[in-house]
Amino acid sequence: MTTPGRKALLTVLVVLISAWVLFPIILIALASFTTRTQLYAWPRSLVPSPFSAETMRFFVQAQDVLQSLLNSLLVAAMTIVLAVLIGAPAGYALSRFRFGGKEVFRLGILGTKMFPATILAVPLAVSFINWNLYDTLLGVALVHTTLALPFAVVITTSVFVGVPFELEEAAMTLGCSRAQAFRKVAMPIALPGLAAAAIFTFVLSWNEVFAATILTLRNRTLPALVMNAVGLAGAPIDYRFAGGFFMIIPALIIIFVIRRYLLTLWGVTVR
Amino acid sequence: MTVAEQRLEQTLPPVRRQAVDWLPYVLLLPTVVFLTVFFVYPMLQAFVLSFRSPEGAITLRYFQAMLKDTYFAGALRNSFLLTAIIIPLQVVLALVIALLINTRFQGHPWFLFICAIPLGISDLGAGLIWSSFFTERGYLNLILQNLGLINEPITFLSFERPAWLYGAIVATEVWRATAIVMVILVAGLQLIPKDYFETADVFGASGWRKLRYVTLPLLRPALQTALIIRTILAFQLFATVIVMAGRIVPVLAGEAYFQYGLLRNVNVASAYAVLIMTLSMTITIFYLWLLRTKEEELGRG
Amino acid sequence: MADIQLERVRKMFGKVLAVADVSLHIKEGEFMVLLGPSGCGKTTLLRCLAGLERVDGGQVIIGGDDVTDHPPGKRGIGMVFQSYAVFPHMTVFDNIGFGLQMQRVSSAEIQRRVGEGAELLQIQQLLARYPAQLSGGQRQRVAVARAIVMRPRVLLMDEPLSNLDALLRLQMRGELKRLHHEVRSTTVYVTHDQVEALSLGDRIAVMKDGTIVQLDIPDRVYDLPATRFVGSFIGSPPMNFLEGTIRSSNGARMLETAGVRLEFHGVPARGRDAVLIGIRPEHIAVERAAVAGGIPAGAIPAAVVVVEPIGPQKLLTVQVGLSTLKVTTPVDFAVDQGQRVWLRFDPSRIRLMDPQTGDAIAS
Repeated sequence: MTTPGRKALLTVLVVLISAWVLFPIILIALASFTTRTQLYAWPRSLVPSPFSAETMRFFVQAQDVLQSLLNSLLVAAMTIVLAVLIGAPAGYALSRFRFGGKEVFRLGILGTKMFPATILAVPLAVSFINWNLYDTLLGVALVHTTLALPFAVVITTSVFVGVPFELEEAAMTLGCSRAQAFRKVAMPIALPGLAAAAIFTFVLSWNEVFAATILTLRNRTLPALVMNAVGLAGAPIDYRFAGGFFMIIPALIIIFVIRRYLLTLWGVTVR
Repeated sequence: MTVAEQRLEQTLPPVRRQAVDWLPYVLLLPTVVFLTVFFVYPMLQAFVLSFRSPEGAITLRYFQAMLKDTYFAGALRNSFLLTAIIIPLQVVLALVIALLINTRFQGHPWFLFICAIPLGISDLGAGLIWSSFFTERGYLNLILQNLGLINEPITFLSFERPAWLYGAIVATEVWRATAIVMVILVAGLQLIPKDYFETADVFGASGWRKLRYVTLPLLRPALQTALIIRTILAFQLFATVIVMAGRIVPVLAGEAYFQYGLLRNVNVASAYAVLIMTLSMTITIFYLWLLRTKEEELGRG
Repeated sequence: MADIQLERVRKMFGKVLAVADVSLHIKEGEFMVLLGPSGCGKTTLLRCLAGLERVDGGQVIIGGDDVTDHPPGKRGIGMVFQSYAVFPHMTVFDNIGFGLQMQRVSSAEIQRRVGEGAELLQIQQLLARYPAQLSGGQRQRVAVARAIVMRPRVLLMDEPLSNLDALLRLQMRGELKRLHHEVRSTTVYVTHDQVEALSLGDRIAVMKDGTIVQLDIPDRVYDLPATRFVGSFIGSPPMNFLEGTIRSSNGARMLETAGVRLEFHGVPARGRDAVLIGIRPEHIAVERAAVAGGIPAGAIPAAVVVVEPIGPQKLLTVQVGLSTLKVTTPVDFAVDQGQRVWLRFDPSRIRLMDPQTGDAIAS
């Protein structure tokens, strides 16, 4: 029951909020496509002319950027593999079995989610030095996995709950062992859900700054590199703008691709 | 007339012992082991590092060093202050957005998508984006100049303008992290059966009354979750502040970073870590207490 | 084809005894129905038979092999689930052929057998489709075909028709009966629908609270229920029960109810005063107001409480003393609520039960 007055208010709010969200992104996109000289010029127009990829090229070619880009991808990939390999079996166990200690485990996972886990990078830095993991991509991936694991467990639990156990039972009556039934029936059906978990883990790992900064020296991920450059070395604005835009591109693409599953994904992760 | 019947035997057969199914425990083991090594252990390690002297005795000197540090008081104050300002703003805004989406107006999936974009943006990315707005050659200055209001660029983000620094940080964080709260609330709203709203309508409840007496109470669990998660994240605020204000606005997580990365003072950094952990836990318990008693009332309703 | 021997099978869930030491022998090629209300243990028993539940006691022997410790895949069973459990990510063809694939049957043979099965279930035209594109009834046929092509020693069915609408259920019931005639597999069929049980079963095992209360052919389960529970569970409308007494008069023992002496030839010789009289609605003749000349002998007065026209008949709820009975009359029987009618029981159809235990009294 929306009266015309109500509808107007709704429209105004929606437009305002949408603009407020999109505005800064458009701005940084504009900034990234402005030539370097123009960026420093004053005064200048809002819209760059001509559009140029010079600033972005400058950023990409800046010291270590390409390497750190690669590092970020590697870390994200490792995190995904670890989080899914470790978390999915737990999710399956939670979805299918009733066993002693189940609630304790569940609460433990919940507690882990609500914990400032990135802070743990500080004590871990010390441990990593002893374990030869300091300044390695694997070390960062391990911390990222710690962050992602609770979410992986919760998501996979929900995914497997959605796969009726009767399907696996039917497969067993047709000659499968439990493991075969899982592989041939449960897994394929769960795959889209697992993909969602993987995507979530990717975004988490790609964006993580604190732990990556603390745990790396030379093998930096992109956020760590930029953080260092900006926080300590005071990078110039063309670097910052292009860096910022660069960092948000993959996430933007991903959010767009999975937009339809956004709600289920997040709703699931916080239950 | 014969009647067929089944009777229990007098002597029962030996009962098979049900073997404990070990499979679920095997499946859980990797997760448990992993989290023990990379979560529980570092947690304990943080305490050890901050309380143990190089000789192995328990000492408070690192905490004392932390408390006496010039940046400490500011960091503590700023972390609390920023959290206290940002979170209420975010919750209200997220609620507004969630309610708007819940009306399911035409095109609301697109609106949801737009508002969810910041979910994929890190605090570093957000900091960089908004610094492009506030910085000297940034867009705020450009807009003001194009409107003819100024001639020379104003340095908004300097230590002479602490209010602007705060404002910039608040604006960035609200922009970035509202989506986190919003998605939780939208999911929570969707879980409320429509019957409640329809019943309220039948009883002639107006929009505001519905909101206050139906929606908000039923949203309490979601709100609780959102508040806990968001507050804990807020105390980890790091990159946004450093990008915008460097060390002019110290925050707890930033200090941990500087103590470790810059000053190579692992123990004091650990002290900061322990402080952040303790604060987070306390606040979580506080939220659970604050919003729980009413939950129990609702359960009886 | 194999026979099944269940020896004192016991299954507990926590402290609840779901299957209480049940023994049952099912003959080769027999269609055995496990019938009972929800919670009686019939599905649990079937799952113990299938190997989907591990038994806490007893043995499961299929075709002479003790399979108690064997997993479901190694028992030679085929199973049709209530929800069909058709794999959504495979085509109908792959679904039906799944078990054969697991046995590493050659693809030519798979092709042939799947074709046979599809033809038997009349779903040949659906082989390339995915389950999401099928109706409930079609999915059910896929589930049955998938079990049958395995040529199992034993076919197990867990309420396969209960998710279908009434018309489809009727149709599929006929199909299943036809199938059983063609394939002749030993079948164990679980249902709570007594019509299905009567129609399909060679024998019915009526279950309650984890035990079998009656095991017999459908005719006898219907006609000679072993307990009050069986009498009231089978038949729609169910068997009526009312209190009766046995009186001795001139050395002869007679059955009475509501003050009326009933014609009945099976009064037990042993002393027993109070009995429960069981009589099915279709065996009660209903007469309108007493014919001129007073109360007809052996007719019981009853007050009409509700009149329900149900299509081919009228269903009357009548009150006899403190008991409520259901009786049926032809459609043109003119009667109204509140009127008085006279009931006459068919003497050969009266069943006596013990009022305390509910067990039938042999005579």
